Amino acid sequence: MSALRVLVGCKRVIDYAVKIRVKPDKSGVVTEGVKHSMNPFDEIALEEAVRLKEKKVAGEVVAVSCGPTQSQEVLRTALAMGADRAIHVKVEGKDVDAMQPIHVAKILSKIAQDEKIDLMILGKQAIDDDCNQTGQMTASLLDWPQATFASKVEKNNGGLTVMREIDGGLETIKVKLPAIVTSDLRLNEPRYATLPNIMKAKKKPLAVKAPSDYGVEVKPHIEVLSVEDPPVREAGQKVETVEELVSKLREVGLIPSS
Amino acid sequence: MLTRNLIRNSKFLYSKLKQPTRVIRWNGQVSSQVNVPDGVVSALVGIVGKSNVSTAEAVREQHGHDESYHKTAMPGVVVFAQSTEHVSQIAKLCNDNEIPLIPFGTGTGLEGGVVATKGGVSVDLTKMDQIVAVHAEDFDAVVKAGVTRQTLNTYLRDTGLMFPIDPGADASLCGMCATSASGTNAVCYGTMRENVLNLEVVLADGTVFHTAGEGRRTKKTSAGYNLTNLFVGSEGTLGIITGATLRLHGIPDATAAAVCSFPTVQQAVDSTVQVLQCGIPMAKIEFLDEVAVDACNKYSKLDLNVAPSLFLEFHGSGTSLEEQVSIVDDLCKMNGGGDFKWATDADEKSHLWKARHDVVYACTALRPGCKPYSTDVCVPISKLAEVIVKTKEEIDKAGVIGPIIGHVGDGNFHVFFPVDQDNEDEMKVIKGLSEKMALLAISKEGTCTGEHGIGLGKRHLLEKEVGSGYNVMKHIKKSLDPKGIMNPGKIFF
Repeated sequence: MSALRVLVGCKRVIDYAVKIRVKPDKSGVVTEGVKHSMNPFDEIALEEAVRLKEKKVAGEVVAVSCGPTQSQEVLRTALAMGADRAIHVKVEGKDVDAMQPIHVAKILSKIAQDEKIDLMILGKQAIDDDCNQTGQMTASLLDWPQATFASKVEKNNGGLTVMREIDGGLETIKVKLPAIVTSDLRLNEPRYATLPNIMKAKKKPLAVKAPSDYGVEVKPHIEVLSVEDPPVREAGQKVETVEELVSKLREVGLIPSS
Repeated sequence: MLTRNLIRNSKFLYSKLKQPTRVIRWNGQVSSQVNVPDGVVSALVGIVGKSNVSTAEAVREQHGHDESYHKTAMPGVVVFAQSTEHVSQIAKLCNDNEIPLIPFGTGTGLEGGVVATKGGVSVDLTKMDQIVAVHAEDFDAVVKAGVTRQTLNTYLRDTGLMFPIDPGADASLCGMCATSASGTNAVCYGTMRENVLNLEVVLADGTVFHTAGEGRRTKKTSAGYNLTNLFVGSEGTLGIITGATLRLHGIPDATAAAVCSFPTVQQAVDSTVQVLQCGIPMAKIEFLDEVAVDACNKYSKLDLNVAPSLFLEFHGSGTSLEEQVSIVDDLCKMNGGGDFKWATDADEKSHLWKARHDVVYACTALRPGCKPYSTDVCVPISKLAEVIVKTKEEIDKAGVIGPIIGHVGDGNFHVFFPVDQDNEDEMKVIKGLSEKMALLAISKEGTCTGEHGIGLGKRHLLEKEVGSGYNVMKHIKKSLDPKGIMNPGKIFF
């Protein structure tokens, strides 16, 4: 089988190491002046695609990001890590908050058809919304097989053998190509972008498009009512005797009164 | 009857005192711990707020020890500073009241630097965790005292830059400044001395200043005294480091890891000397003796040849890597080295280096329940083989387990004795060995501590090593800390 063209989705999210703060008006989290970077699961997806290229299984890796102008920073990192070219689907203003996995799925499926993609590797979920929907929705729109929560991906004749992490343990499945794979944590350890590669990335092609170029309108489907901090953990209490423990448990209704 | 009275009396006394005063014997000296009066504790609350001051025993216990064999000595109170201004006010308060002040970063030191042998106030700096700025084009970063090296490297990962000094633990960067830390990468990137451009320091009287001038971050300077390197390695005895400007380096394009075993220690060290003389830009050259290799095999489930070995790391790009590896392979073979294994695969390299990183734990695991007592001598490379061989002889003669791990590229090696701190006879033997090694190193134009610091355990060796420089150091200490509140009992008695 000839070398695959691989598409990797890269979302710009708040960096995983940042301490999240909720806005005082409860409308969302603070994003101004906060460090952003590529969604860690997307880094893993990209690393897998680049490794496939190094094994000569993949011939070209295309990185795609849907988001505001700053998403281009994430795409430059993707190019520095080894992607060959990038597509930035620019989403602006109110659309940025309105954008949901369904919109991204529609955009990615159109790109997959236009660019004749053989394999799409996406992060299993984004660490800001934790939706875990884009891969599955895209597979459905394209009517492609999906191998989600992948912890190992191998090429076989005509398709892929994928080991998946599921609640019961590890499941190995075979999927025909073209297919969607979503990456889980243990799939690989992503490489760092090095200075020479960051320099080279500046010269790689980065196309800027709009959702309308793919026939997609970013219409809000849900409305966020409020975002709040989890309740502050309160100090525990020490008790001297078992009797005291039992009576305190009864007081708060955790065990029935005798 | 007598015992019961004694107990009853001591309980009575205990309840009388608000803070316990204990008399501690340390290295044969009696030193009493300084109480922290209630008035001072309230003043501390006034500075940082109630939730940032703790007299709870668990918190004080945690702040009274590090990862060394030195036994815990608790401070009277722990205060969590959130800004340089806090630290300044805390220092002034302690200075006015003549109360010892000890900075606390991550508690990962190996020489007892944070052990509060004279009681006092432990100022925990971990909440000052801001990465103030990263100047990618200038290859520098400005951080506050609570930032650890892994936090900084994670932050830097998409800039293509890194802070390479790696002492093993995820230590705080300013703590690494205070102990002049180094690590496996020193042969290529240098130690903290070469990688700190500027420091923000709080002195005993609360004065805040910058060692190179506020905001300065040049690669070199000839302006006035080199105060930056005065404070690097000062172990909290001259001032508290609240911020640092650090030199960054590019993440290497490609790396390769290799292991090679040798019939003797001499041959392994000879290979190292020759590799360095060839001018090959090695990133890491680590020596492990057969005891250490065996420990690694057991702990990290490796399958290495149990013999004196070199762990090597090469940084370069594609073809230059292959060339370097091939030259080193030949040199090792010339010195009787066999079994030269090398890897470029990310997972294999990671596995290999994790084993080296975990070697302290591997050594302690050789005798479960023990703590690591580590020695840290450093000599000119030409003397290294002789010193290691002599050390091994002494260890064998004493009949103890003493795995040797060395940053041979710098002439520095550690023996990680797994010790039972409560066994006095054993501690005597180990301390005796450690003393012999330090004196041997000093006699061979070396130092008793390459990277861990003087702390508590090596104070008696300092004067022997630096000679008349000792009085110069004492002058400086007296001048910057006249009341002797800055981490008393460390570096000097």
